[in-house]
This record gives sequence, structure tokens and C-alpha cells, in this order.
Amino acid sequence: MLTKEAVARVAQLSRLSFTDEELEAQFKQLESIIEMMDSLSEIDTTDVTPQNHVMDINNVFRDDEVQEGMGVEKVLANAPEASENMFQVPKIV
Amino acid sequence: MRYEPVIGLEVHVELKTNTKIFCNCSTAFGGAPNTHVCPVCLGLPGTLPVLNKKVLEYAVKAGLATHCEIAKFSKFDRKNYFYPDLTKAYQISQFDLPIAERGYVEITVDGEDKKIGLTRIHMEEDAGKLVHQGATITTSNSSLADYNRAGVPLIEIVSEPDMRSAADARAYLEELRAIIVYTGVSDAKMEEGSLRCDVNISLRPVGEEKFGTRAEIKNLNSFRAVERAIEYEIERQTDLLEDGEKVKLETRTWDDAQGRTFSLRSKEEADEYRYFPEPDLPPIVLTDEWIQGVGDALPEMPRARRARLVADGVGAKEATIITSDLALADFYDEARAQLDDPKTIVNWLVGDVLAKLNASGKSLAESGFTAKKLTDLLKRIASGDISNKIAKDVFMEAFDENKDPVAVIKEKGLQQISDTSALEPMIQEIIDNNPKSVADYKAGKKKALGFFVGQVMKQTKGQANPGVVNKMIVELLDKQ
Amino acid sequence: MSEQRATIHALHEQLVNKECTSRSLTEAYLQAMEKGKDINAYITVNREAALAAADAVDEKIARGEAIGTLEGIPMAVKDNICTEGLRTTCASKMLDNFIPQYNADVVEKLHAAGAVILGKTNMDEFAMGSTTETSYYGPTKNPVDETCVPGGSSGGSAAAVAAGQAVYALGSDTGGSIRQPAAFCGLVGLKPTYGRVSRYGLIAFASSLDQIGPLVNDVRDAGIVMNVLAGYDHRDSTSANVESEDFTRKIGTSIEGVKIGLPKEYLGEGVSPAIKARLEAVSEALRAKGAIVEECSLPTTNYAIPAYYLIAPAEASSNLARYDGVRYGLRVQADDMISMFKETRKEGFGDEVKRRIMLGTYALSAGYYDAYYLKALKVRHLIKDDFEKAFATYDCLLTPASVSTAPKIGATYDAVATYKQDICTVTSNLAGLPAISLPSGKDENGLPIGVQLIGKAFDEAFLLQVAAQIEEIGMA
Repeated sequence: MLTKEAVARVAQLSRLSFTDEELEAQFKQLESIIEMMDSLSEIDTTDVTPQNHVMDINNVFRDDEVQEGMGVEKVLANAPEASENMFQVPKIV
Repeated sequence: MRYEPVIGLEVHVELKTNTKIFCNCSTAFGGAPNTHVCPVCLGLPGTLPVLNKKVLEYAVKAGLATHCEIAKFSKFDRKNYFYPDLTKAYQISQFDLPIAERGYVEITVDGEDKKIGLTRIHMEEDAGKLVHQGATITTSNSSLADYNRAGVPLIEIVSEPDMRSAADARAYLEELRAIIVYTGVSDAKMEEGSLRCDVNISLRPVGEEKFGTRAEIKNLNSFRAVERAIEYEIERQTDLLEDGEKVKLETRTWDDAQGRTFSLRSKEEADEYRYFPEPDLPPIVLTDEWIQGVGDALPEMPRARRARLVADGVGAKEATIITSDLALADFYDEARAQLDDPKTIVNWLVGDVLAKLNASGKSLAESGFTAKKLTDLLKRIASGDISNKIAKDVFMEAFDENKDPVAVIKEKGLQQISDTSALEPMIQEIIDNNPKSVADYKAGKKKALGFFVGQVMKQTKGQANPGVVNKMIVELLDKQ
Repeated sequence: MSEQRATIHALHEQLVNKECTSRSLTEAYLQAMEKGKDINAYITVNREAALAAADAVDEKIARGEAIGTLEGIPMAVKDNICTEGLRTTCASKMLDNFIPQYNADVVEKLHAAGAVILGKTNMDEFAMGSTTETSYYGPTKNPVDETCVPGGSSGGSAAAVAAGQAVYALGSDTGGSIRQPAAFCGLVGLKPTYGRVSRYGLIAFASSLDQIGPLVNDVRDAGIVMNVLAGYDHRDSTSANVESEDFTRKIGTSIEGVKIGLPKEYLGEGVSPAIKARLEAVSEALRAKGAIVEECSLPTTNYAIPAYYLIAPAEASSNLARYDGVRYGLRVQADDMISMFKETRKEGFGDEVKRRIMLGTYALSAGYYDAYYLKALKVRHLIKDDFEKAFATYDCLLTPASVSTAPKIGATYDAVATYKQDICTVTSNLAGLPAISLPSGKDENGLPIGVQLIGKAFDEAFLLQVAAQIEEIGMA
């Protein structure tokens, strides 16, 4: 059962902020969507392995050879705020 | 009531690869901010990771060196959390199918052998670095992100809660570090952050099987800090339990200056990481042959090496000192190959050489002092070319000025004269010129022998080999 | 087909025969874009660079050099594919100011092939939607009937081609986002086998489902574009390392004896009568051409929608976490880090994106992972098994491309009803299989009907062979 507390917790985990009304709307939508999901319980998946990757590919590697970075100017090209060639963010706590 | 500490360690080791784990950026230390960054490690929308094969090899190497089972089937997962040092807002790590599991590290504490279990070893990427701006006028209340370290390969080595004291933990950590260094997968330097250690510690009444509530200690930057933090925590938790209070499940940080731990956050507040299989990286499937190949390339491990040294006649204590440092151990083996005198090599290595290294703050490689230099010096002592006392002076100069000891001996004319053909005419002349002393000697006055020796040493400026001189004088006098 | 709906192969002939220049073509398309602006097919127009690229091709032709099939042909790129120096928004306020520092693999391939990129097309925000109404830049209109949606999420790409504002366009398909808009706009849309086209530079929605593919005017054009897009890319670990091939090589060859399955689960009650009738007519016409068409069953199909709407949002919730206001895109200033994250994401994402992030986060969170996400992955396995069983008997499957023709703009449905509409298309994404949608007939309102062929992995050339035969049947 989906609870309002769970929805609030999911919003927090997602780093999304909602007003109380918005959160209520999210709750209602999620509730009906999850009701549809619950139909999955009808299907027997005992002994079925999860399909993490759809194609049968494994062991894809690259060699340990250095390539130049893209240059600090390009790195910072889209930075909302930068200082001393670093990305600036507000205080952490 | 008496309490028993239960300790487990989580160790992060930075792998010594040329490039990052999922892109071709350099892992070199000390670059200017954001100069080792590409679209992939910057987490630009649309970019994708590709695994560095060396990382896999190194992780398997570390696993085999710690007696782990290597997974035939392994995969990456995403660990989701928001933090400005994490460019994708998820860390690519391994969750339920790590590359290595169920290993152990053998330690010896107070003469007692112990096996510390390893739960797992997994591969993951490092985050970037945040520089927290101090409270200056212009830049207070903000942090700066540098992503040069973002994507540097790590392995996390998780131990079982098998340690029961600070000494156990230290011994385990030192042994683990030595193993890692021996395999060559990392420099594993705690002070530089290429080896990081978190401690999980709880107490339980002696005899009790159930674990108590644990605290996790972070920010431990030296072996000493690990030891001290554990000792502090044992005391703190004992006090709590004795006062009838409960230990809280929390993350604490070690303050080295104050010598105590502080609560960082409670574990219940911790984010859920919502691990799920990384869809951008196909699984890793290894064959026995491939794993065997990595295993075959493993060098002798510290404990085996220690045993070999002991069998060679090296004392247990000295063997431990030498083998805990790969450079010292290699130095020993090299010296040993050139000189069949383990005792003398060890005395010099653990005594003079180590003292010099500690005093100078240099590593063996940095000092330029080689095993050949030491054995050359020791051979000169053995052959009687120089005295032990002169050898010490030669060593000091050779070490300090990075010189060849043989060259120092020559340069300063320190070589003892042991050549009988050079000494014989000189001794004969002294005998011929001192008939009275000859008579004294013949009359049984032992003091007379000292006179002749003194004369020879005087004429050779002390470079004659006293033993040789003594023997020759006796022979020549007897012929008179 | 109007002159403005010319195909790549026809225009290529004209260029080679010097009946037109790349510049004249490019100018004509830019003009059509300007004139048909209210369709809202494009978010960003790449005018100067397009003309420069066209001139370069014309010079090459003037020097007497041979040109490739895509060379000098004006085209459009969906706005979730990174173009260096050219704004790439994902139709989101979050990336309104984002100018990528690198090119997607397909864009590099287009440049190498001499393509003329006219601009970046509108889409549902972060490709989440099936009407192009969730775009931050407003809805796109269906050129066939401007009161209708063009479908989505590649609605801008479909509308651009259908309106003669691009000869062809690239789209991306996570659960039908190429094929359904192709059906609504009367185009051919191909979703290649997962791994056939590199995802490097495609802004991820659901990494295990996303594929880039073409929206084109005819089946041959689909093959021509695939010849350039397909190919191994070492930067995409899920890229398939398979031999290159000419995807057009089987077009025009007989399908006598080919076995085509008609899965009954795709013709359930939700499918409109006109579409059902058309499927019957197409089946009959294929039989007349010597193919064996018979009903078959893929029983797990009924669970594909819940499985898809768990897997795709779960991956999306993680893929879209990087939009945190630190390195690029929107930032809403705040005093502390967590507030900055939250305010930026509240402001930057639209409702549908937020809904799917919430759903995906929920599906992955402690206590629900096994019941939802893990269960969905297991059902995905069963869906893949269903296809494998069917392909033991049949060479390909024939289904509708959508349950209805294009709905009206602004028609509102609840989320569940909307999600259920994707039933025809999500299965091939879940199974990683190639699927093509092509126009065949019209409904009572004159809106195009799309039929779909689903093939075995890496069997695109065969799908184009069968599709070309359906194309031959015509629209009547």
C-alpha cells in the first residue's frame, strides 16, 4: 500500500520539492499507476532470472591509455557558477 | 561486566592505473583543477562509461592475493545519491555480485596467529574533490568542485568483524597494506589518501555471541589514528554500557588533534542508495584460465616472504620489519644474492640503513642506496680491507652523498694494508733496527710484540691490517 | 508525395545530376521551416551552419568528386542528441541553455557523411510522453491535421519530415518514440536492434531501452540512413560489434514463403476498428504476395506495460539525477546545497518528468525493489522468451504501430490510460528487437494508420524487405 509518508520520502530521495497540494496530487497519480503495476504479481516468475541486459554482450573493456582531457575552459563552459577553475556550489550544510 | 570489542574494517585502495576507471583521463596527482576531465567523468548528458581492463586485472590480483574466490560472473551497479562531488549523482560500484568474495588475511599479534576474514572486494569509482571555502569576505558559504579525482579507480575491501583489539586492527591493516603493495596494484599510502580506512566497532559482553550496536568511524589518516580511534571508542562505548546507556548506530569522525571521535550523523538518517544494475555496462564473465593467468603473475606475498627470511636465519622481529616494506624486502633479497651472510645484512639493513632512511625521510629508491653498495661495503669488512668502525664512516658518506662506498674507501685511502709482500720488508727493517726489542721478545716479554705492531701502524698511518701485521711479526721474529 | 516530401534517394539523384544544389535545397527547406513555423517542429534552427555545410558539398560536386547518399541532404536531429556548439535542450527548461561540449556518435557520423543539419527538433521533455505536449517549448502540431498531435516523443522529428521541413530526421525510441509519431504523421520510422546504433551522446532516458533511429519518407530511405548510423562504437559498451551491411540490399525482393506471425495480443479491445481492418487487409495482400500470415500468441504481452513503466522510470530516476544545477543547465540559487538541488529540480522539470522520477525512485527504494523493479526485470525476461519462441516459427511479426490514429491536441487522459496506449511498441524495446512502423491506409478522418513489423535481432534488412512489400500495397 502506497502511503503519503512514502511519497514524501520518495520526493526527498529524488530531491524534488512539492507543495502539500502537489504532493497530494503526486500521491493520487502514483497510487493509480502502482495499482496497474500490481497486476505483475499475477504472473509466476519463480525460477525466472532478471533480464538486466537485453543483449548477450559481456567483457567490454578499453586499454589503459591516457588521452588528453577536454581542457578546463570546455569543462567549465556550461558551469552556472565557477571560481578558480572550479564549479562553485552553495555551502553543503 | 567485561566487554569484548568487535571490529571490522572497510578499506578503500586507489589503484595505480594510468587512466580512470571508465574514461581515458589521467589519474596523475597534482594537476591544476579540472584538467584531467573529459565529457565522461564530468557526467555530461549522453556520455557512457567503458571499463578500464587494468582495473579489472588489478582487482582480481588483489582478490587472489587475499585468498578470495574470484567471481566468474560479476556486474556493476549504480549507487544513487546527490552530492556535488559526484558528477552523475550516482557512483558506479558493485552491489550484489562483487568481483571477489570470501577471502582472508593472516596476521600475528603477540605471537598468536589469526585469520581475519574478508567479506568482499569490489570495484568502484572515486568522487571529485570539494574545496570548502573558508569564511573570508568574498567566498564564505560556498564550496568549489574539482573533478580531477572523479572516476579514479578504487577497490573497497570489506573485512569480517573478526578483530578484537586495536592491535588486531593495526596488524590487519599493515598486513593488508603490505599485500596490496606487493601485488603492485597500489601505492597504498594512507597519508596521501591512496589507502583509506573506516572502522566499524561495537562491544559485547564477553561470552555473548550477538553483536552490539556499532559505530562507524571515518577520517582515519594513519595507522596510529586507527589504533587510537579504536582505543578511544572502546573506552567511550564501555562507559556508555556501564552507565546503562545505549550505543547509537551512527557515523562518527576521528579528530586527531583532540584524540576523540565525534558524531557525524545517525545511520537512520542515511540516504537509501537505491542500487540497481548499471545498464550502461555489460557484465564481466571470467574463465578459470584467465584468473589463473593473473594468479600466476602474483609475486610472493609478505607472509611467505617473512617465513622464508626466518628460515634463512633472520630473527622474527627483523623479518617482520623488512617484509612489511616491499622495497626493504627486495633490498634484502638482492643483498642476500650477493653475500652469504644474512645476519650481517640484516644488522646493517634494520640498523644503519633504516635509521638513515628515517632520519632523511627518504625512501630507498629516493636515497639511491642500493643492495650492491651495501654488499660491496660488507665484503670489504669481511676481507679485512677496512675495519667495522671505518665501514660505518664510509656508509654515512656513501648514503649522504649518494656515492659508491668502494669509491669512498679509495678516495680517502681508507683501505687496510693486508698485502704481506708490501708489509714484509717494512717489518724486517723494524726488526733489524731494534735488536734490543728483539732480545726482549725472545726473553719472553710479550710487551715487545706490541712495540713492533705500534711501529708498523705508525709507518702505515694506521692502514695496516692489525691481525695480519701481528701474525707476520710473530713469524719473522721466530725466524731470527 | 509533394515536391517538398522528396526522398533522400530522389534528391541524391538530383544533386548528382546537378538538377539542384545542396544550397538551393537547404534554402528551400529553411524557407519551409520559416513558413511552417506554427507547426513548432523545431526548437533550434541551425541556419548558418547548415548553409555552410551545403556550400561545402556543392564545392565538392563542382570539383567533380563523388558524394555519398546523405551528402548535402537537409535533415533534422531530435533535441536529445548532443551537437557540439549547438544548443541541446531535451525540450526541458533544465537544459534551456545547454550547449554540449561534444558530439554524439551519430552526429559525428552525420558530419562525416556530409549531412546538412537544419536544426534540433521538438520532443516530449526528456522523451517522456507520446504526444510532444510535455515540451517546455509548447506542443508540436501534426502537419496532416494541425488540430492533432504528431505523436511522441519524437513528434518534432516526425512533424518536420511530414511538413517537408526536413528530408529525414533522427529520433530516439525508448518505448515507441520513433514508431508511434511516424504512424501518426504517415511516415516510416525504424527502431533498430538495441546496440545497433551507438547511444554515445544520446541524452539518456532509459539506458537499457533507448535507441536512435530514422524517421523517413519511404522504406528505402530508412535503409539509406541506417547505412550511416549503424556501426560499432567503442564509447558505448552496449554497442554491438557486428559486421557492417547494406540495409537496402533486400528491398524489392520477393517475400514468397516468408512466415509472418500476427500476435493476437496486439489486436485486443483497445485497438480501433479502422486499424484492425487495415491489419486484415495488409495480411491479405501479403498472402497474395506469397507470404504465410497466421495468428500467433505472445502471452506475456499483457504485462509489458507495467514492466515497461517500472523499468523505464527507474532508470530515468537515476539518469536524470545529474541535473542538480552544479555543472550545466539550470540553477536556481539557494543558500545551501540541498535547497539549491531541490529548487533547481522543481523549477527545471515539468510534471510528467517529475511523475516518472517519483515512480522510478519508488520502484527502486528499499522495501519495493523486489516487488516492483526486480519483478519487472523478470517479466522482461519472459517477454523476451515469448519473442524467441515466436521467432522459432515466424520470420517476423505484424502488428499495429499504435492502438489509435493521432488524437487531438489537448485531449486529456489520466496517466494510466495514456501509458496503456504504448502497448504496441514497448515490447520490442523490452526485448531489444528491431521494429519498423510504416503508413498503410487512413482512418475515417483521413488520419494515417501505421502498421508495425517486429523482427529478430539484427534482422533490419529483412524487415525493410517485408516493409517495402507493404509499401507497395499502397495507402488505399
